[in-house]
Amino acid sequence: MRNLQARYTRDRLILLVVIVGTILAALPLTLVLGYALVNGFSSLNWDFFTKGPKPPGELGGGMAPAIVGTLVITGVGLLMATPFGIGAGILLAEYPDNKLNPTLRLLSDTLNGMPAILKGLLAYVLVVKAQGSFSGFSGALAMAFIMIPIIAKTTESVLKLVPWNIREAGLALGLPRWRVILSLVLPAARAGVVTGLLLATARAAGEAAPLIFTAFGNTLLTLNLSQPMDALPLRLYAYAISPYEDWHRQAWAAAVVLLGLIVLTSLLARWVTRGR
Amino acid sequence: MQQAPVQPSVIKRQPSAIYRVLGDRIFLAIVLLLALSIVALTLGLGYYLYLGGSQTINKEGFFGFLTGTTWDPALKLEFGIWPYVLGTIITSLSALVLSVPVALAAAIFTAEYAPRWLAGFINYLVDLMAAVPSVVYGIWGIFVLAPFLREAFYLPFFLWAAENAPWLSRYLGNPAGYGMFTGIVILSSMVIPFTAALSRDAINLVPAAQREGAYALGATRWEVMQTVILPYARGGIFAGAMLALGRALGETMAVAMVIGNGNILPYTLFGPASTMPAVIALELKEAVEDLHYSAIIGVGFYLFLIAFIVNSAASYLLNKLKVGSQRA
Repeated sequence: MRNLQARYTRDRLILLVVIVGTILAALPLTLVLGYALVNGFSSLNWDFFTKGPKPPGELGGGMAPAIVGTLVITGVGLLMATPFGIGAGILLAEYPDNKLNPTLRLLSDTLNGMPAILKGLLAYVLVVKAQGSFSGFSGALAMAFIMIPIIAKTTESVLKLVPWNIREAGLALGLPRWRVILSLVLPAARAGVVTGLLLATARAAGEAAPLIFTAFGNTLLTLNLSQPMDALPLRLYAYAISPYEDWHRQAWAAAVVLLGLIVLTSLLARWVTRGR
Repeated sequence: MQQAPVQPSVIKRQPSAIYRVLGDRIFLAIVLLLALSIVALTLGLGYYLYLGGSQTINKEGFFGFLTGTTWDPALKLEFGIWPYVLGTIITSLSALVLSVPVALAAAIFTAEYAPRWLAGFINYLVDLMAAVPSVVYGIWGIFVLAPFLREAFYLPFFLWAAENAPWLSRYLGNPAGYGMFTGIVILSSMVIPFTAALSRDAINLVPAAQREGAYALGATRWEVMQTVILPYARGGIFAGAMLALGRALGETMAVAMVIGNGNILPYTLFGPASTMPAVIALELKEAVEDLHYSAIIGVGFYLFLIAFIVNSAASYLLNKLKVGSQRA
């Protein structure tokens, strides 16, 4: 055993290293947020939310089609993903003995980690290639592919938090199992399930990669899902790599709006599950 | 006067047979079908990507396509994806090496040292970090990180090497700022939260009795960490690193925006490089030749294979060690 003083010194040195490491870990995020807020807020204006993009080189314009497009694409994607995600979550949590479960859990986690761009590629092969045109629908499908495993995972974990007593009470009253799940377990876990949906939405809404070759982007405002549709991350990317100063400004504004959407969703999720 | 006792209302109607007997089976069948979508999605992903890429994969051969070093969609229509595979592997592994120690430090700090309020704040930051979209990191990379790295590191180092160690210049490449090293830096900052969150979970799972036992024997904090906590949590930490590797492999936009997108081997430290997701994102919508189109889907298929191996290893570990069960 080395002498005590040396051990104490070593302990303090390690603490120093740990603190420096923590600061380094937090540094990139702080910088990204800081720059996005400073550059973004100074370029936000009313036009950004109400006008469409101007032709290259012209000043002004905004991202109204992109904002609407992001809402539509993620909304439709969420509608498509919800039944599948919640269904899988119910199977994993409520039927623990099902033979499919170990495989399902493994595949679900694997799918969750798979690159989003591959899910976009699948939507491209299934829809865009088959129909011969880019469309908002194919983008929404890619979003749904991203959301399903996330919803499955969160639903499973919140359903497992519901005490077994509740299920036993329901069964003792003579309710069949499906009624117990639908009328007792799901309502008890409602807040958590909603949180899962919000998290999945937030994750998918920021993805640009799978939308490049599905929703494609559009400078005109459209609600037609069979047409190419714009999305905020997509427009941000297009503007960021453009040579125009004014478009760079708008890209930063898009970044801060996107961040705002995500922080809002995560705060909403915390609010839904408050007091837990 | 005594009132007649209130009769409890009796359920007169028996629930129908469908409700009692078939209900459960129908419900289970529906839930199973919905859940099978995940299986179908995972397998379909591999199948359709193979199908889409089969034209080029058959032409170049399964390994020829993988190891070919020429990617020429314009003139020769020759497709080999090795530059992209190599770029993906180099950037992901380097990002992992850079990010794991830092993420581990953050996990240790929040789990063991920090007061509760600070730990809560850092944990929130870490969760937020995982939620920041790739394109936001990308725009920061283009306008802030790359110019900064160029002025502060690449140029001085490049000039120093040009004077004092000319043999080194060959490996450094063009210090324009948009190149492999910038890609690695941005990638490593993006995957920190995955390792940090899972390591934190794993550290929190260490039984208090073991920790207290070590303290009772007179160990300092670091000795407890070293002899009890880290050995107990190493599985979870490893799983977190695997997860981070999986994310790094598939990270697309931020990397595509700063890595310079050059596919000429050999890669240099500062010079342009490219990755598999980046080439898919950049070239697919502009592909006109069938062979080019199929080659890009083929890149997707190989990326699927790599990512599938890494991610299923990670999820196997996660499920076995029960870390991160609350996380999406």
